[in-house]
This record gives sequence, C-alpha cells and structure tokens, in this order.
Amino acid sequence: MEIVYVYARRRCDFGRPCNFSDRPAELHVDVLPDPALAADFVRRDPCDVAVQCAQEMSEHEVNTERFESEARGINHVEGGWPKDINPQEMEQTIRFRKKVEKDENYLNTVMQLGTLMEHCIKQNNAIDIYQEYFEDEEEMVDSRERPSAKTINVFRDPNEVKRTATSLSWHPDGSRKLAIAYSCLEFQRAAKNMSFDSYIWDIENPSCPEMTLKPASPLVCLEYNPKDSHILLGGSYNGQIGYWDTRKGSQPVETSAIEHGHRDPVYKAIWLQSKTGTDTFSASTDGQVLWWDIRKMSEPTERLVLDLGRKGNLDNALGAISLEFESTMPTKFMVGTEQGLVVSCNRKAKTPAEKIVCTYSGHHGPIYALQRNPFFPKNFLTVADWTARIWSEDIKESSIMWTKYHMSYLMDGCWSPVRPSVFFTVKMDGTLDVWDYLFKHNDPTLSLKVCDEGLFSLRVQDSGALLACGSQLGTATLLEVSPDLSTMQRNEKALATAMFERETKREKILEARQREMRVKERSRSEQSKEDEGRDTDAGDESAEQLLARAERDFFEIVGAELKKRELEAGQEQIGAEECLPLQVKDVCDEEDR
Amino acid sequence: MNWSFETLKRIQTQKGVQGIIIVTAEGIPIRSTLDNASTVQYAGLIQQLVMKARVTVREMDPQNDLTFLRIRSKKNEIMIAPDKDYFLIVIQNPTD
Repeated sequence: MEIVYVYARRRCDFGRPCNFSDRPAELHVDVLPDPALAADFVRRDPCDVAVQCAQEMSEHEVNTERFESEARGINHVEGGWPKDINPQEMEQTIRFRKKVEKDENYLNTVMQLGTLMEHCIKQNNAIDIYQEYFEDEEEMVDSRERPSAKTINVFRDPNEVKRTATSLSWHPDGSRKLAIAYSCLEFQRAAKNMSFDSYIWDIENPSCPEMTLKPASPLVCLEYNPKDSHILLGGSYNGQIGYWDTRKGSQPVETSAIEHGHRDPVYKAIWLQSKTGTDTFSASTDGQVLWWDIRKMSEPTERLVLDLGRKGNLDNALGAISLEFESTMPTKFMVGTEQGLVVSCNRKAKTPAEKIVCTYSGHHGPIYALQRNPFFPKNFLTVADWTARIWSEDIKESSIMWTKYHMSYLMDGCWSPVRPSVFFTVKMDGTLDVWDYLFKHNDPTLSLKVCDEGLFSLRVQDSGALLACGSQLGTATLLEVSPDLSTMQRNEKALATAMFERETKREKILEARQREMRVKERSRSEQSKEDEGRDTDAGDESAEQLLARAERDFFEIVGAELKKRELEAGQEQIGAEECLPLQVKDVCDEEDR
Repeated sequence: MNWSFETLKRIQTQKGVQGIIIVTAEGIPIRSTLDNASTVQYAGLIQQLVMKARVTVREMDPQNDLTFLRIRSKKNEIMIAPDKDYFLIVIQNPTD
C-alpha cells in the first residue's frame, strides 16, 4: 500500500517564475455610440487656434570664473648644447665653437647673411625711417566730445566681513600703487571677527592685494610719505598713530603710546614739510591736533586744543575731522571740525592762544574734506553736509561759491591737480560728481553712479586722469576721466582767476554792506533808546496814538489804491474806445449794466 | 681665407653697431662681441622669437619664408638675419 501525501504550494512561493497561459479574448464591456447625447453639445464655429512657427530659444547666463594671473620671471640658462658637451666647461665649448667655425656651411651662411645685414645697417644709417615730422606743432585738441569717465578696475575687500574703505592714498612716484585703509566707522557696529588689516594694491592686479598692513586697531586714515615712498603713516580707530615701512613688513615700525595719543579715532593724519621728512600731525574728534616726529612716537612733540575760547579747555573743544596743509605755506594749516567750522591756525604763533587765527562758518555738518586749490592757494574747498563750498581766505563770513543742496550726504571731495576749476565729490548714494566751475555752476558736469552703496572716500592721482573712490562695502573703484577733464584748456587759469576774484569781490561787498547795516541798526537802537528815555511819561498814550496812526495810515493807503485802480480802469476804457471802435458799443453796454 | 671674420669685422666697423652675435639654430652662440651673460640671454630669447616669426610667415603662405627680422625699440634696433642653421644678430643704435 502506498502512502502518498500531497501538499500544494504556489509556484511563486518556492521561487519559480509565473506560468502564464493564454486565454481567448472575452468581451467585457461594449459602449455603443448614443446619438441622443449629441443634443448636449454645440458645434463651435469658428475656432481660434494660435499657430506659431518660430525658433525655439532659451536664455542662459554664463559668467566666467575670475581669471587669476601672476607675473613670474624666467631665468635663462644655457641650453641647446649637444649632449656630450658640458656648457660649464670652457675647453669643451671653445673646441665645439672652433669646429663649427671651420664648417664650410657655416662660412657660406655667414657671408650671405653678412651682406644682407650690411644692407640693412647702411639703410639705417642713411635715413631715420621713424623720424617724427611736425613734432613741434601742438596737437589741436578741439574735440567736442562729452566728458566721460569709465571704470578701469575694481578692488574688492578680500575679507568676508566687509569694511568701509575710509581713506585712499596714491603712491608718490609713478602712482602705480594705491594704499587703502579699511575700518568700520559706525559706533560699536564692527563685527567681532572683522579683520583689522589694510592693504596696498597694485592697480594692474585687482585680484589680490600686493601687501597687507596689520595694525593693532583698524586704520581710519593712511598716507604715503611724499618724500619717501616706502613709508606710510596710519591713524587708527583707537587713537594711535603708527608708521609702516614697506620694506620691513606688515607690522608697524612704531606706534604711538595710547596714553599720549588721541582719545577718539584719528580721522586725519598728514605729513609735514620738514628737512628730515619725519614730521607729521594728526587730528581727531577729541578736539586735539597733535604733532609727531616718527622717530620718537612715544609722545607728541606739540599739542593744540581746538578750543575757540583759547583757553585750552578740552571740554569746550571742537572735534576735528579733517586737516589741511599746503607745503607752499608751511606755517599755516586748517582744521575742519565736526561742528561745521573751519579753523585756520598758525603754527608758529608764540602762545597757544594765538595759534587759532580765525574761523569760517557756514556748514551745518561735519566737514569731511578740506583742500586748498593747487593753483590758487587762497581758495579752498570744503565738503560737508549736503553741499560743497568754495571759500576765499579773506572772507570769513561765508563761502564765495557753493553747490546746491543735494539729496544725499556728500562724503569726500578734492580738486583736480591739473585743472584749477575742476573738482570731484562723492555722495552717500554712490554717485561721483565731477564739477567744472568754469563750465557750469548749477550742476555737476558729469555725474556717475559708481556703486549701489555709499561712497566714502575719493582721491585723485597726480596726473589728474585717474581717480579712486572707496565705498561702504570696501570696494575701491578706479576710474579714468576723459582727457578734456584732465588737460588744461587754453586761458583756463586766467578765467579761473577772474571767476574767483569776481566772487570774492561780491562777497566782500555783501559783507561790507552787512556791516554797515549792523552799524546803522546799532546806532538807531541807541538813538531810539535815548528817545524812549525822554518819552517814558506818556508811555501808554504813545502806544494808543501809534495804533491810531497806524490805522489811519492803513486806510489812507487802501483808499489811495482803490482810487488808483478806478482811474486805471477808466483809462483802459478810453484806450479801448480808441483802438477798437467796433467794439465800443459792447463795452459801453456792459458798463451801463 | 676665413672670410667670415672679414665679414664680421666689416659689419662691426659700421656706424652705430653695438654688438654682433652668431647663433646656431639650437641657440648656441658661436661668436659674439658682447659679454657672456648678454650673449646667452639674447641667444635664448631671439631664437624663440625667430621660430615664432618663421612659423607665422609660413602659416600665412606656405610658399613664403622669413628673410629678415627687425625689432626697433626706444634705445636701439635689433636686426636678425635667419638661415636654416644659423642666425646673425646685430644690435645697432640708429643715428638720429
């Protein structure tokens, strides 16, 4: 007997593939067309169909990666010698040379080349093919092209945390380098990881700075020494002054001691003219102007407190924001203050009280830039609040010329070193204005939007064609101005002299008149005081009488005016009758009505 | 017999000639009137330049070939006469 146990399992459970089988087709559903449904639909006629046959295009942006270039030198070493000859061995090389010289091919070649060469040499000696004809004639620069300026290079702050480029200084010879001081001037807004470094850039290489300067505190101002192009002076945010030598590295060679320095950021530091070339002075909003000798930075050599009361009281002192010094006038200098006054000082005064000579008022806000005109040292430019003003040294009451009030704050300005009537200003909305005062007074000759953020500083290179401006995010832009703004035009100096003299005279006359009026007022008030003294008994009555008199006068004047108007109307009527006889009747009718 | 010397001497006595160098096609200076450092520098730099110039001329027109090369600078003029195996370089200060 067989015992059979049958157990069933599905095919897929023990891993076998499915076993498909065929089946004949079965009809499941058949939906026949129902013409009754057509009643629910309406035929659309006409149909609007848009058809376009055009090329399919897509928009795509591409920006190349920044091209980093580096200049390197190559050292030529002798090469090309056959393998068995050592170029250092004199004997071997001489032997090789002698062998070549005996070669017939060599002799033929040399003779051939020699004749060819001689021909050219003689040609050169016979006539100078590159002679410049008409060299002496001046180029007629009569181009009426519009003034323009174009950006040449942009130098960006390589750090992540962007700082403002607060000060720029061009290298004194050749101006191929630009030193930029970076700091954050907003009170306590500096980020904790903000770098303190300032950089020196080579203008041909915007990808990375040529040299870094590492101060103890961010630099607010930076100046190259005009006599020695390796030395830079920097004033920093914590009130210290330091000087760097580019040959000695990034650290300052010496810095001033904190106790003897300024107590506020050093806003401006300038080199002075001296035999040793080591004198400088600095100004800060703590109200002091300090003189330093860089050989001994531990203490300032001289101190001046900008107290207008001339008492040296630091509490009353005005904060200084800008300094001005012209090497042709070494004893005078000017300080621009936070309060809007320009203080002119004499360095060689005997007592500190006499140091402050006079002040010029007229601005409403801190004076960010102060510079004498390089051609007319008696006139200087100040840039503050929303205007730029030109002053003459003689007129202390007001500026002789000024721009209109702009929509945004003016942050820096300077004269063009080649044209006496051209100056540049930068504003907080990122525009650079070029003013040519001989051409137009009301508006800038050229207004360029350099960047979206505010521009903080500006410096023109000595050639007058290049200028650099620094912005709030640390971007310094190098611009080139068109030649008609950077070359002196004919008669420009004479015209500018005439213009400045004319404006100065006008202001002088106005000032004289003001003075006269004041004197008259004073004398009148003195007289009236005497009169009042006599009439003190009839004080009240005189007031009433005055009122009555005033009323009478008023009504008299009104009556006289009305009568005058009637007379005029009557005269017009008569006049109308004479000119237009046709219309006389109408007018008369109207009048009767 | 050695007319190469004569040729070179004749060239050297011309007005304004500052130096003469004869270089092989590989850049080895054979004969020179300048000091060794300048010679080596000229030989190396000019050899590359002649190669480049020759290729330029040939590429524009394969039938053409470089016969003479003059480099005029602010201070002097460098004249190069190239050949298949050797170059003759003369530095002259043009009289003006």
